[in-house]
Amino acid sequence: MANARRLEVVFWLCTLLPFVLTPNYLSLASQIAITALFALSLDLILGYAGIVSLGHAAFFGVGAYVAGLIAKHYWTEPISGLLIAGVLTGLLGYALSHIVVRFRHLALIMLTMGFGLLIAEAANSAHDLTGGADGLQGFRVPGVLGFKFDMFGRTAYAYSLGLLFFCFLICRRIIRSPFGLALRGIRENATRMPAIGAPSLSHLRKAYTMAAVVAGLAGAALTQTTSTVSLETLSFGRSADVLVILILGGAGRLYGGLIGAIVYMVARDQFSGINPQYWYFWIGLLLVAVVMFLPNGILGGFSKFLKPKN
Amino acid sequence: MRYALIGPNGAGKTTLINLITGMVAPDSGEILLGDENVTALQPYQRVKRGLVRTFQINTLFPHLSALESVTLAVLERDGHAHNWWRALSAFSAASDEAAAILTSLNLQRHLDKETRELAYGQQRLLEIALALATRPRVLLLDEPAAGVPKGESAELFAAVEGLSSELTVLFIEHDMEVVFRFATRILVMVGGRILVEGAPQEIARDERVREVYLGAGHAA
Repeated sequence: MANARRLEVVFWLCTLLPFVLTPNYLSLASQIAITALFALSLDLILGYAGIVSLGHAAFFGVGAYVAGLIAKHYWTEPISGLLIAGVLTGLLGYALSHIVVRFRHLALIMLTMGFGLLIAEAANSAHDLTGGADGLQGFRVPGVLGFKFDMFGRTAYAYSLGLLFFCFLICRRIIRSPFGLALRGIRENATRMPAIGAPSLSHLRKAYTMAAVVAGLAGAALTQTTSTVSLETLSFGRSADVLVILILGGAGRLYGGLIGAIVYMVARDQFSGINPQYWYFWIGLLLVAVVMFLPNGILGGFSKFLKPKN
Repeated sequence: MRYALIGPNGAGKTTLINLITGMVAPDSGEILLGDENVTALQPYQRVKRGLVRTFQINTLFPHLSALESVTLAVLERDGHAHNWWRALSAFSAASDEAAAILTSLNLQRHLDKETRELAYGQQRLLEIALALATRPRVLLLDEPAAGVPKGESAELFAAVEGLSSELTVLFIEHDMEVVFRFATRILVMVGGRILVEGAPQEIARDERVREVYLGAGHAA
């Protein structure tokens, strides 16, 4: 336990290294922190409650658009915009959860994908509100708490990292609470839960709503740090990417999404630099290698390696 | 009271338990728990009212430890499982109670073992521990000793025998030696209906029961 705590401290200290070691890559670091937050939200439902989603970008995108619309039409103070985006995506998540949690397996995948496509197309057709395919532009969030969003991405990374850390602490508390144990129970055996008096659907609705809030916060942070929103934030590709990131890092381990986001985003950055047209080939190769040699993701392999042999 | 529900394969014993606990909805009729009609209640709501079951095939939480599993049942019973803002360690009373239940079933040396690592007989006991953690009024045990070697099944039933006398237990069992040793009343089910109900001595003498189990030629 003490070792795990020490590793955690080292991990979070390492997240500060980009400020010193790679100051030219702080924009990428900011994107990684936001993607890690998005992956963390998926881990809450997939890794801990067993809800497989291929439409999770719906919440990310709605959060992004809400923050963008607030900044464009009302005010540019980001923290209040972030909170409003979180609340609204939470409400959307709660509404959808009443349908989503009733399904499992393939039906659930199709359903979440369907909701994702519906919301993406709704945003596309609401051109006057969202800018349609051109995206939402013409606004700028100048800074946060008196710090300007500079061109090097220093403030953006600090903001994204701070948000990630704060949300991570909350998610960790959720996972280590009685509610987190109940979620693990549902993941382990959904049939048994009602037989010990557990209102499983209610637990799942709550988890889905929480995940929606976190995804919405991630989307809002992306908008505020880049001052633009595109339809891509709602796309199926983003939903698929975050699923890949979680599998890559290791689902159900809290840090899996974070590690997956770092590996995936850095690999994507490097591979696209080497070969701008066919970089997905290398991502595919990376995935095949991870699934073959580390079926429980990078963290799964890491913990197996650390586990003392009998 | 200890009821045994017996009958040939396909008689509908497990279906009856599924109906009583709400895992299968009845086409007609009502399920009463005392004076309360629980037919429209969800399975988890029936558990809250004290109507609890175990499963014929182990239905456990493979990657949770025995202690975590039973603690979860205690937390659900007390309405704490919705709590996401307090650490699990703050609910030490629940884990203490879970440890006591597991100890009462002789599982005290396996508290922190993952369920999937427990021996089969220990998993059967964990099934019962999970049910007990809900503080049932009526406990339905669906073949609690299924797959357990004959010698060990008596030990398992001895644990059931040691439960509070205020708890009504209905168990399905095929081992007649165990049935006649532990049951105070026996219900014989054939073709989805209760054929006969009575004390063990009455059932032992009943010709219809002998016919069901041994065939028409063996009836006295």
